[in-house]
Amino acid sequence: MPADLTQSVSISRAPRRLGAILSPRIAYGLAAPSVLLLVLTVMAPIMMMILLSFTSYKFGETGIEWIGIGNYAQLFGDRTFRRALWNTFAYVLMVAPASVLLGLFLAVLIDGLSKGQRFYRLIFFLPVTATVVAMAMVWKYLLHGTIGPFNLLLQSLGLPSLDVFGGRDLALAGLAAINIWSLAGFNMVLFAAGLTAVPEDLYEAAAMDGMDSKFDRFLNVTLPLLGPVTMFVIVTSTITAFKVFDTVAVITHGGPRGATDVLLYTTYLEGFSYFRMGSAAAMTVVFLAIMMVFAWIQARVLDRKVHYR
Amino acid sequence: MNRPHRFRPGQILSHVILLFLAFLFMFPFYVMIVTSVRSPAELFVPEFRWLPESFTGLRYYIQAVADIPALTFLKNGVLISGGILIVQLLTAIPCAYALAKFEFRGRDLLFALVLFSLTVPIQAPALPLFLGLNAIGAIDTYFAAMVPFFLSVFAIFLFRQTFRTYPDEIIQAARLDGMSEWAILWTVVVPGCLPSVAAFSIFSVTAHWNDLYWPMVVIRSNDLMTPPLGLAFFADSESGANYGALMAMATILTAPLMIGFLLAQRHFIRGITMTGVK
Repeated sequence: MPADLTQSVSISRAPRRLGAILSPRIAYGLAAPSVLLLVLTVMAPIMMMILLSFTSYKFGETGIEWIGIGNYAQLFGDRTFRRALWNTFAYVLMVAPASVLLGLFLAVLIDGLSKGQRFYRLIFFLPVTATVVAMAMVWKYLLHGTIGPFNLLLQSLGLPSLDVFGGRDLALAGLAAINIWSLAGFNMVLFAAGLTAVPEDLYEAAAMDGMDSKFDRFLNVTLPLLGPVTMFVIVTSTITAFKVFDTVAVITHGGPRGATDVLLYTTYLEGFSYFRMGSAAAMTVVFLAIMMVFAWIQARVLDRKVHYR
Repeated sequence: MNRPHRFRPGQILSHVILLFLAFLFMFPFYVMIVTSVRSPAELFVPEFRWLPESFTGLRYYIQAVADIPALTFLKNGVLISGGILIVQLLTAIPCAYALAKFEFRGRDLLFALVLFSLTVPIQAPALPLFLGLNAIGAIDTYFAAMVPFFLSVFAIFLFRQTFRTYPDEIIQAARLDGMSEWAILWTVVVPGCLPSVAAFSIFSVTAHWNDLYWPMVVIRSNDLMTPPLGLAFFADSESGANYGALMAMATILTAPLMIGFLLAQRHFIRGITMTGVK
């Protein structure tokens, strides 16, 4: 649980000097393989990527030219990139609130049950473990414009059919629906953990204070106590949605006509399809910068969460 | 919160809502399985039927295994996610032990770097890693598919937290018995922290079994494709009408994790959600 992680961060910083009689060389030996990998697969590549973003390097060409902020200037003037950025944010704005609210709704409803809690948790968590690529193909068929079961259902109800991934209007929302489906159960479990931490006597106290309806108690007792968990779930969902890639790569390929171009997919094409490494690196820097902002918010939230408890 | 509200109408209403949502949530799985056992002609009739008119049995499953190398993808999935997990455990556990139980110069810096790296997704170092692997001629190998994940800062972070709560007295006693630090770590400390190791293993295997991005960057040949990559590749190359075979293959490649989840629900839920940080 995230709660474990956060709490132990702030717990007593009293490193006992266990290794007093041992040479710290042992510690270096133990840490060495990880340090080596950390440098080789994380630190050095990130620095190289930042340097690369100031060049015009193309994979396969021998020349490499320093062009300063040229790539960045070009990016923000580029309609495709701006559209990808906009689509990504629009996608996050659909996925994060919906998956958080649905997760909360499920957790609260299940928590109030006297029977069948395990059964429902199992059902709603199942999509979390399913391979996204496989389920993306199922959804593609499910929402297919002519033969998809979803449209056959609409038709049988006398409604006009919807070509979700065929038109520009609904494609992004269709992808968002898949992500909400696969994320709600995850959020549900996080909320469920938060709910079990709400002390029972608080409800009794609230009832004595005259809060008769369940809904009143939910608003005045449960929700405030779930505040920190909620913040945490919002940030994690935002990060997950922001990294959308698989469904785009499998279902829409960024189409129709750019309607589902998102940041990671555009960057992938720029770097590994067109091999324009320089500008792909600049896109990655933008992506990483946004991720760092989220991470900073997350760290702040985690801090608050610890004090709250 | 077990407030007394048995047999209230509220309970029944909750069940009605939840059952309806459960139906919606399960519907894609149902469609996947039913499509894999019905004849293609049925897909083009203008109404959805719940059960197949002509049951094709395991025909598409056999086709997926025989014509499309579904078994190869499964094997690659096992090799790659298994290989990643083993190296992750072998490197992260000693590092976490050092961070948790030793004082040495640079420890705080190392831990700060670990915390920073927690927020860095694979896409950030991807371009230089690709160039580096290309330079040493390693593109399109198992090694290329695994190497960016050999270091799991999440594992270091998690195991450090776990090891810190491990009693120092036991470690001291083992030292007095003359055991080497390496032996203490693997035969005393790690066996005492198995729940963490299990939870991390589930998280790691799930993440890498399902990953599409990195295999898409470095894998070219069919023989080395992981389940998601193989599936995506064949979805594109198939004429598109062969939904039966595609759904059969989707079922085969999703099955291992789903079965694992059904068998060990609690561990799975714990393993996957404990990593909300990632």
